[in-house]
Amino acid sequence: MNGGPVLEIRGVTKAFGEREVLHGIDLEVFEHKAVAVIGASGSGKSTLLRCVDLLEEIDDGDVFLDGEVITDPGVDTVAVRRRLGLVFQAYNLFPHLSVLDNVLLGSVRAHDIPRADAEERGRALLGRFGLAGREGDRPDDLSGGQQQRVALVRAFASRPRALLLDEVTSALDPELVGEVLEAVRELKAEGMTMLIATHEMSFAREVADAIAFLHDGRILESGPPERVLSSPQRPETQRFLRRLLEAGRM
Amino acid sequence: MDERSSGGAAARLTGDRRAAREAARARRSRRGQAIAAASSVVVLGGLAALVLTSPGWPEVRDTFFSWEAFKDSFPGVLEGFWLDVKLFVIVELAVLVLGLVVALVRTSGAPALFPLRLLAAAYCDIFRGIPTILLVYLVGFGIPALQLAGLPTDPVVLGGVALALSYGAYVAEVYRAGIVSVHRGQRDAALAIGLTEGQAMRYVILPQAVRRVGPPLLNDFISLQKDVALISILGPQEAFRIAQIDASSTFNYTPLIAAALLYLCVTVPLARLVDRVGLGIGGQTR
Repeated sequence: MNGGPVLEIRGVTKAFGEREVLHGIDLEVFEHKAVAVIGASGSGKSTLLRCVDLLEEIDDGDVFLDGEVITDPGVDTVAVRRRLGLVFQAYNLFPHLSVLDNVLLGSVRAHDIPRADAEERGRALLGRFGLAGREGDRPDDLSGGQQQRVALVRAFASRPRALLLDEVTSALDPELVGEVLEAVRELKAEGMTMLIATHEMSFAREVADAIAFLHDGRILESGPPERVLSSPQRPETQRFLRRLLEAGRM
Repeated sequence: MDERSSGGAAARLTGDRRAAREAARARRSRRGQAIAAASSVVVLGGLAALVLTSPGWPEVRDTFFSWEAFKDSFPGVLEGFWLDVKLFVIVELAVLVLGLVVALVRTSGAPALFPLRLLAAAYCDIFRGIPTILLVYLVGFGIPALQLAGLPTDPVVLGGVALALSYGAYVAEVYRAGIVSVHRGQRDAALAIGLTEGQAMRYVILPQAVRRVGPPLLNDFISLQKDVALISILGPQEAFRIAQIDASSTFNYTPLIAAALLYLCVTVPLARLVDRVGLGIGGQTR
């Protein structure tokens, strides 16, 4: 908006009881850019995204959205969440609603968009992401890849300022990963600002403008994908990438 | 046994084997049916013989299964049963609302509701812990004894209130079980799309919770339909009361059988409904 970052994370610290999960995270995501946070399971990636979407309360530091602090105690959390979209690893679609109603619920109830308008946009988006004809189905009748695309459309439908993607391919069978990544690529091409937690290094390399390596709740290394992935400086990063390489995940 | 012959012979062999297997399956199924029929005849016939040959049977037949007494008492009992049905429907609706409100209060995390939460928890503990018949007595005789203006004194209303309080506590816990069984990710997703806590409950959590608790709720309906007879201790002329009066004036207990049959006419269809709803939900989750 003013040339500053859309999302700015400053010194964010979060503990669950005695266990500190995030120690002073600094990160920024500029408009139309995608930042990928990589790191082993349990490194704090999901917690970071949940803190940004105010599903977890941070202990210290600040998060700014379009230059406004959103993590102060007095901030209206519902209003902030309406400006962000979060996609979960396990899709978390609403099983009692049709695919279309999953997409419309937020627009109609949270954003007060007239149902007819919301439905027009919802149907168009579902069509664009290869889900035409599935509008009336229940989420359970869809494949994992289709469900995750519905979840993407649901998060994207009310035009968020930024999308937070939490391991969106980790629960998918390998042959379904491609279709979801394709959908993310398309959102990126459209200029969506994104903060992505991922295991998919090839995807991070391709889509992300910057990569941050999270290890034990600290960002040890960050920069352009080529630098972090091809010539990592820190031994922890090197070890992490080597393990992925050995496991055939790169 | 383990002969591997040329292709044609193998195919024929497979065909033979299929026929043999089908014949064996049919034999097994016929034998199963025969055994089931025979064992039914033995068990049910044995029970019937036991009752019919018991020394007191002629007297029991005359005092419990007298067609004459049945015909005489049935219209009166049926009229009384109509009161049971009306009361059941009204109390059930009150219970559904009361139970839902109590469950929502108990599951809400709002600090302002803390005293209400405490009250709701105490309500569930106390009213589930008191025998329903005792509660009907306490409410039915206790509230009029207060002699406060504006409080109802009609025993049907008081009996209904007692039943609603008792069943409301059970149903609140059924709803609450449903609400807490909805995965936390559903609430997260609802908040993430911008809903408020209240909207998340209303549009996402509660609809799923209510679907899950359909069978246990219907189970409580059946129980309530029977317990409506408890208001008879306060005096209203409902089916059981009328049957009891008939029985004690004629020394014939057939009217009680008539009342029992009327209850079954409602509770058995409800039970089948529970089965169907239960199966439906099982089928949905796959």
